[in-house]
Amino acid sequence: MILVFAEQRDGILKKAAKEAVSEGKRLSSKLSVPVAAVVMGKGAAGAVDEVKNFGPDKVFLVESAPLDQYSADGFAEAMANVAKEQGATVILFPATTMGVDVAPRVAAKVKAGLVSDITGLEVADGKLLATKPVYSGKAIATVSFKSDIQMVTLRSNVFPLEENPSSPEVVTVDGSGISPMGIAVSTELKEGGKVELAEAAVVVSGGRGMKGPENFPLIEELAELLGGAVGASRAAVDAGWIDHSHQVGQTGKVVSPTVYIACGISGAIQHIAGMGSSKFIIAINKDEDAPIFNVASLGIVGDLFKVVPALTEELKNLN
Amino acid sequence: MNFLVFVKQVPDTETKIQIAGDGKSIVEEGVNFIVSPYDEIAIEEALLRKEALGGEITVVTMGPNRGEAALRTALAMGCDKAVHLEDDAFLGADSYATAKALAAVVKKYSPDLVFFGKQGVGTDNTQVGQMVAEMAGLGHIGMCVKLEIEGDKVRGEREIEGGRETIEVSLPAVVVAQKGLNEPRYPALRGIMQAKRKPIEKLTVADLGLSADEVGLAGSRTEFASLTLPPAREAGKKLEVEPEVAAKEIVAFLKNEAKAL
Repeated sequence: MILVFAEQRDGILKKAAKEAVSEGKRLSSKLSVPVAAVVMGKGAAGAVDEVKNFGPDKVFLVESAPLDQYSADGFAEAMANVAKEQGATVILFPATTMGVDVAPRVAAKVKAGLVSDITGLEVADGKLLATKPVYSGKAIATVSFKSDIQMVTLRSNVFPLEENPSSPEVVTVDGSGISPMGIAVSTELKEGGKVELAEAAVVVSGGRGMKGPENFPLIEELAELLGGAVGASRAAVDAGWIDHSHQVGQTGKVVSPTVYIACGISGAIQHIAGMGSSKFIIAINKDEDAPIFNVASLGIVGDLFKVVPALTEELKNLN
Repeated sequence: MNFLVFVKQVPDTETKIQIAGDGKSIVEEGVNFIVSPYDEIAIEEALLRKEALGGEITVVTMGPNRGEAALRTALAMGCDKAVHLEDDAFLGADSYATAKALAAVVKKYSPDLVFFGKQGVGTDNTQVGQMVAEMAGLGHIGMCVKLEIEGDKVRGEREIEGGRETIEVSLPAVVVAQKGLNEPRYPALRGIMQAKRKPIEKLTVADLGLSADEVGLAGSRTEFASLTLPPAREAGKKLEVEPEVAAKEIVAFLKNEAKAL
């Protein structure tokens, strides 16, 4: 059986979880084994109907009191229990902050090989071959498995969503015997509506050329008009102009949106590593020799303080 | 309080990666190796905690002989002792086989708090800290950007999609450091001089009570089948035009090529 960790929060299925279940379904036909989704934690029952849209043969629901608050070890124990009982051979996780936190503990419990943040999955001789960027995308590794149980976490925005409604059996699993060690005692979500950097289809990023924190509203407005998220280069983060959670690059987040708009970013090797797999790259920079132009699908040599407002104006006129 | 910090030696982030003749690894010749940037954050956090609470910090690395330089850096920053898992049997380990060895170190030293960086820059796996926690039977705080120790409890904030959450766990525990937790210090000259006299203990597979088939390549659950360079991106149009014209060009591109409007 293929088991997919279908991450949900308060009954809402994560987009990355939908991608993971979609990939599980595709893998199920390639390997000719059934695929099951596992939803767990508070509100999980509310996510069952949504997960059915992506074609699982079975849904396991774990909604016991010890898992009401997120716990990496608690969730891992619940997942590993289902995996062992069902004799799972493949376990998929979304590479979300939760997936990345829980999956390694599951791998340790079921003695599985785990490949993180993969961007491709193939089947050869009944075993998986995972593709994964290493050195933040400066090289691509193809990784094979030696273990019987094969685990991966899937990078967001890479594996296509595929609606494929099914009527799976829903199995309730008892998790009341689990006693978590690390427990989420509080969760603070920022104001709604903000698009998550790693999941955004459009990312607008600012670098040293932004000159100061007071100018970031320029790209924030542009990002909002495009329904995207705001990124930044390490230079801008280190200068204290914007929080490090926005940093794109080798020591920040790796993103692969449909469109990446780099404003005043020269394109250091570490930055390119973090965004070089974007489908389209638009660069706006005063320096015509900036290395960012070597990877840009569209390069604008010009002053971002003139080009960005003109672009914002143009987009507003469209609506 | 006793602290254990695990560090990995990795190629400098400036490195231009070249694929070696075996098609599975990188050319190491001419590469400058550094302490993985996230591990520097882990070291710094241990130093801050020791300064506040007292105790001793042991820094640990696993890897070939060159790894000693990473330990010297950590000692120069202020760690007290170092342990080098140096044995041919450790080589070629994936995250699982690495965690197996490191968990044995945790059991041997019984620290109160164990620090990891969130990932080794390079393999970018983000796995070993969590796996070691599981194998050693400890709770952990993943991707930690703020840490508080209160009695026998640690509370850490971690970034999640759209916000933050606070994880509480009892000691002993594992903390996986993410950028933002602190600003790592640079080793001072005095520290560098002192580091030369600090002890580095060498441990083999047998010293950890493990067998050679549990660690290294033999104990790995995954294996690189191949390593390639990503297809080079081709630069597209480059325009030097008036801002208004540029804006129109970008909108046309977003609409017609990227289909993002």
